[in-house]
Amino acid sequence: MSFPEDLRYTAEHEWARLEDGVVTVGITSYATDQLGDVVFVELPEVGRKLEAMKPFGVVEAVKTVSDLFAPVAGEVVAVNDALSDNPALVNQEPFGGGWMIRIRPADAGAFAKLMSSDDYSRHVEEQHA
Amino acid sequence: MQPTVALKRTPFYEFHRQLGAKLVEFAGFEMPLRYTGDQREHLAVRNAAGLFDISHMGEFRVRGRQAGAFLQRMVTNDVLGAEVGQAVYSPMCRPDGGIVDDLIVYRFADHWMVVVNASTTAKDFAWLKEHVPAEVSIDDDSDDTALLAVQGPRAAEMLRGHIPDAALALGTYRFLEGRLFGAPAIVSRTGYTGEDGFELYFDRAHAAPVWEGLMAAGGAVGLEPVGLGARDTLRLEMGYMLYGNDIDDTTTPIEAGLGWTVKFDAGDFLGRDALLAQKQHGTLRKLVGFALEGRRVPRHDMVIEAEGRPVGVVTSGSFSPSLKQGIGMGYVEPAYARLGTPLEIAANGARLDAKVVKRPFWTHGSRRS
Repeated sequence: MSFPEDLRYTAEHEWARLEDGVVTVGITSYATDQLGDVVFVELPEVGRKLEAMKPFGVVEAVKTVSDLFAPVAGEVVAVNDALSDNPALVNQEPFGGGWMIRIRPADAGAFAKLMSSDDYSRHVEEQHA
Repeated sequence: MQPTVALKRTPFYEFHRQLGAKLVEFAGFEMPLRYTGDQREHLAVRNAAGLFDISHMGEFRVRGRQAGAFLQRMVTNDVLGAEVGQAVYSPMCRPDGGIVDDLIVYRFADHWMVVVNASTTAKDFAWLKEHVPAEVSIDDDSDDTALLAVQGPRAAEMLRGHIPDAALALGTYRFLEGRLFGAPAIVSRTGYTGEDGFELYFDRAHAAPVWEGLMAAGGAVGLEPVGLGARDTLRLEMGYMLYGNDIDDTTTPIEAGLGWTVKFDAGDFLGRDALLAQKQHGTLRKLVGFALEGRRVPRHDMVIEAEGRPVGVVTSGSFSPSLKQGIGMGYVEPAYARLGTPLEIAANGARLDAKVVKRPFWTHGSRRS
């Protein structure tokens, strides 16, 4: 399995994209494949302070539920309101329209410490071995 | 994680792989969880037709002059009251009323077939063997038997010409023997979805032509292969039991709301005294159905609370693709079992508002009664 090389990843299957000092967060195609049809995404409000690798929301699929983990600490500066009406975007475009929140990181260096695409691919393969 | 035991495969395994199904371990078998998506597969069954591989289930043949009397003693429902060509759903209980399994008994002219859950096949076979009298024989045909279900409002239409015409006229829980794409088969008007449909039993040697024949015949009506994911949401919308979740050795048919399957007037059976006492004196818990008010979803093993304290536990919970909301079943103290009672589901820190509702949750199915 391979994943976009311009993104960073967590062991809990979130991806993170750094643009203009803001980190956009979603879940990977591996995560959506494991979850099946996503039917609801519970997201925090803008302004909330998140701690690194603490839950910031919940993703409900038909058959299972999973917490969402913040890849980096910081403040929520945007949430993807489109998911409220169309949670299936998470399945259809996990790395695009299915994004969940944007975080202004508390520590500028935190992003670089997340897993690379190669590291994450290995992590997924280990889980499947 | 390395599997310690090789998983069994049904005779349709290669078809599942070719279709790109996500395969998971279930009851020792490598089974399709989903092919395309849980909701798409679910709605195909509600609106058109779905094809399920349920060959993992167990089939026993029970023979001998006293076979019927033996089964009557082993299960709680009245199987001797069935006609030849009729099937009966029943719990099979221990003397203390705990449910060994829920199963279907088929009455043939010269023998009986018992169809059991995959997860309990070995246990059930041992249990029956332990109680069987010398003049009755039981054979486990599970490994040789292929079992497919075709379910949905258009199931009969797509099978016309491929099963005997008489099968199209069968009522619910009736069956006959006939040809299915050239294979000798049992065609049974049964299912686990709430829709009209058939369960088709045949020798695994015929697996390929039957699967291919059904997929081709179903093309015109929108038949979709359906995995265990949608099988579970379909049965939950009907309030049907899943053994191991909603019922098990520690729960009784009276607690589970299966009193209609316990026939106290049809002679003695294992568990009769315990179940009669429960019927007369009540139980400490009752299985209820509930629906969630927000967009969250209840899950197996979550605690059910009322008035600020735990009053039960969720046994099955899922998003309902037909109703577009979270639904579940669980055991609660009887005081909280009345329709409309407000409950809270404890979901990993959150409290989800729920209300006791009538089962089945879904009442628009095409199943004949």
